[in-house]
Amino acid sequence: MITSPSPTLTWHTVCTVGDITPNTGAAALIGKRQIAVIRVVDRAGGEKFYGLSNWCPFAQAMVISRGIVGSKGDIPKIASPIYKQSFDLKSGQCLDDPSVSIPTYQTRVADGFIQIAL
Amino acid sequence: MNSKTDSNKTVIVIGNGMVGHKFIDTMIARGEHLSWNVVTFCEEPRLAYDRVYLSSFFAGKTAEDLSLLPRPTFYAENGITVHLGSKVVSIDKAAKTVTSSTGEVLSYDKLVLATGSFPFVPPVTGRDATGCFVYRTIEDLVAMQRHATTSKVGVVIGGGLLGLECASALKNMGLETHVVEFASRLMTVQVDDGGGAILKRKIESMGVKVHLNRNTSEIVKTADGRIDKMTFIDPVTQKPAGELKTDMIVFSAGIRPRDELGKQAGLAMGERGGINVDDHCVTSDADILAIGECALYKNRIYGLVAPGYHMATVAVDTITKKPEPLTFTGFDMSTKLKLMGVDVGSFGDAMGATPGCHIASFTDSNAEVYRKLVLSADRKQLLGGVLIGDTSAYGSLHQFMLNRVALPANPEDLILPARSGAKPTGLGVECLPDSATICSCHNVTKGTICSAIDTRELREVSDIKSCTKAGTGCGSCVSLVKDLLKDTLKKKGITVVNHLCEHFAHSRQELASLVRLGKLKTFDALLAKHGTGEGCEICKPTVGSIMASTWNEHILETKHAPLQDTNDRFLANMQRDGTYSVVPRVPGGEITADQLICLGTVAKKYNLYSKITGGQRVDLFGARVEQLPLIWEELLKVGFESGHAYGKALRTVKSCVGSTWCRYGVQDSVGFAIKVENRYKGLRSPHKLKGGVSGCARECAEAQSKDFGIIATENGYNLYVCGNGGMKPQHAQLLAADLTEAACLTLIDRFLMFYIRTADRLERTATWFNKLDGGIDYLKDVVIADKLGICAELDSEMAQIVATYQDEWRTAVETPEKRRQFRAFINSSDQDPTIVMIEERGQIRPAFFEEKAPNIDRLMEV
Repeated sequence: MITSPSPTLTWHTVCTVGDITPNTGAAALIGKRQIAVIRVVDRAGGEKFYGLSNWCPFAQAMVISRGIVGSKGDIPKIASPIYKQSFDLKSGQCLDDPSVSIPTYQTRVADGFIQIAL
Repeated sequence: MNSKTDSNKTVIVIGNGMVGHKFIDTMIARGEHLSWNVVTFCEEPRLAYDRVYLSSFFAGKTAEDLSLLPRPTFYAENGITVHLGSKVVSIDKAAKTVTSSTGEVLSYDKLVLATGSFPFVPPVTGRDATGCFVYRTIEDLVAMQRHATTSKVGVVIGGGLLGLECASALKNMGLETHVVEFASRLMTVQVDDGGGAILKRKIESMGVKVHLNRNTSEIVKTADGRIDKMTFIDPVTQKPAGELKTDMIVFSAGIRPRDELGKQAGLAMGERGGINVDDHCVTSDADILAIGECALYKNRIYGLVAPGYHMATVAVDTITKKPEPLTFTGFDMSTKLKLMGVDVGSFGDAMGATPGCHIASFTDSNAEVYRKLVLSADRKQLLGGVLIGDTSAYGSLHQFMLNRVALPANPEDLILPARSGAKPTGLGVECLPDSATICSCHNVTKGTICSAIDTRELREVSDIKSCTKAGTGCGSCVSLVKDLLKDTLKKKGITVVNHLCEHFAHSRQELASLVRLGKLKTFDALLAKHGTGEGCEICKPTVGSIMASTWNEHILETKHAPLQDTNDRFLANMQRDGTYSVVPRVPGGEITADQLICLGTVAKKYNLYSKITGGQRVDLFGARVEQLPLIWEELLKVGFESGHAYGKALRTVKSCVGSTWCRYGVQDSVGFAIKVENRYKGLRSPHKLKGGVSGCARECAEAQSKDFGIIATENGYNLYVCGNGGMKPQHAQLLAADLTEAACLTLIDRFLMFYIRTADRLERTATWFNKLDGGIDYLKDVVIADKLGICAELDSEMAQIVATYQDEWRTAVETPEKRRQFRAFINSSDQDPTIVMIEERGQIRPAFFEEKAPNIDRLMEV
């Protein structure tokens, strides 16, 4: 599935699909921006990729990609590894504190490569 | 502070034992200490302590542990005047004064005698020999302990409750132990002949020799005044009945009231001693009261703590002129206890002395169980009973008796073993009236407990204990309290759930057995079969740990890596800035010069902050994730292995230097600690595990604060378990004494595996232990006596873990797909620029955000 980003954005290739262990994340560096790229394989075998800021606003450190992936109800989420706040993978909304959310980025897979729109 | 005035009345309490303390404690609890000057005399060098648990002193409890005062300053804070180490020598009841041993004369308005009792020593020739003891105070215990170090054989004269307790203490001190009893059975007061026979068998099977029908005729001394041997006569025939060589004798042949002050003051006394009291604990002088074991009520001395406590409360009511005061009108002397691992219960008319009563009894000599019920003539009511070997029915049977609950048609079914498939006969707690006293130590009724459960929404027995005090005295009612909790919640339609998280409707313990029995090897398989959703940061690490302690595969295998919590995920401890600290294993704290040099070299090369840990290791801080494999490559070269400081796993086994160097050591504690640490390294568990091995009783390795602690003795090793330092320090409990190294390892194997199987997530062994029904005795039943029949499984599970150990870091460094997970960025070899270090005391520390803020735009963009 190829989607085009908004006119001002460009797709950046960061790695191959196989570079990320299923249900874990990795950090990508694009310019000065650090992005947590998450590969989710759900129990039905469906595969999805998410991009969100790697900066945990609670820990004030670049750690989101090293968190544990999971779900809360139907919401796919990642828990920050330092103080364990959870973030909605789709929206970046913090599930433990409604006043906090982190930026998210569009992702896609092209020819086995993961790309992020920035 | 207290607003005391000279117009306050004075009450003097003579004696600060358990009962004397209870009186003062009750005065304080009711605020009466504000209007009374409370003065107490304590003859012993320390204030009130728990004599019921005296034998736990030998199992490592200290005098402070046994103290009944919530804190040492408790009396001072409440304005209680204490005369410590001093006693009253005379009472002048006309002048209402007492004179102390130091010559001081004090006036009183009310006087409370709580002088207790002393152990009776029969007038046997030679009873003054060195090595003869009584068993009453902490000082007695210290003296016994000292003498035991040079003794091989110990004899207790008297086979009553206290005598058997004392025999257990001698046994634990490693002595060949004998009990000599005048009567034809043990525990004559509580147990009948049938129960006595089973009791004797059980106690002899523990290695204690029991000599019944023996009267000690003489204690023969050596030239230097020590005990040489004792000789006996048969109490019936009065003929010589053999002799016994021994080094130590403890008299436990009953108690006598300390009533000399009563005599001196001219109070009315019993014929065979004891100070006469009425229903209000008042003696023949209206201003003098007597409570506890010095008081004689209707010609009877009540030698247990519960009636003593009751008298103390009655005495407070009396002197404070409480409207509708409590009275003392005798006391139910039923008892349930565990003696040397044998359960003994006796209640009501245990001997069947009621005219016309019926007896129903059941003996199983194979299971070593004896149960007897004494029934009323019409078989409708329970009058008493005896239970040996299994007292699980004690709580309910005792309550049926106290509350005159009508029995079912075939009351003997109550003591017959349940057939498989049959519904248990019996009457549950629901049959009891609300007025039924469940905890007689603290006088707590069923109604009080149930309404506390209801109104305060209690869900745990421990909550009921702290709320109502029920079960915090002798503890015999705890199982009944538990039944009440279950019953009350059931009636309210509340089910107490212990679900791990939204993804699993199971507890950790249940998941562990589902994994083990279902042979499930991945989180996905477990989730598919027993869970919902995609998992989370609660269940994933929990299952990761269960998988590791069951199948022991590398935690960074592709199927396991996503389950690992923060630290396990990168085999290092994440710090607040996202960098890691590295702790190599240093088994037993023994480290070579080359290893020390390597640590220094690595710390210098990667600019790491170094700190010595509490577990005799070195922690290197400030490593970036991508540096970890490089650092470990160098550490592996000098023989370091992963220290698992990042895991809920075995951390360290701390040791003192032991007999190889130390002047006092009796065993090679370092050698054994290394062996132990190497055996359990890599073992994952519900929470971190720490061990310790001390080379002698000085305990320099602080083993008693560890999850498992080993203390060397002349004869081997004593094994302690379930200790904890940290937030809520707790002393470890003695599991077994004088073990060989092999036996010690077997017990640790079983203990650890049992803990891993049954504990909750993130539950340390100490917390787990506090929730175990039956405490240390239950643990002994499981891992030593194999009551659950699982020891063979536990043994083989641990053997499999030990056999499949791999150094996690070596595998991670040497396996390319594991190693490549340690990278800062998936698409760049740059370092994370947001990690900034600042120099402090010649080393680095991570910058706080405020320190980075001025430059943050240069470092990152969000």
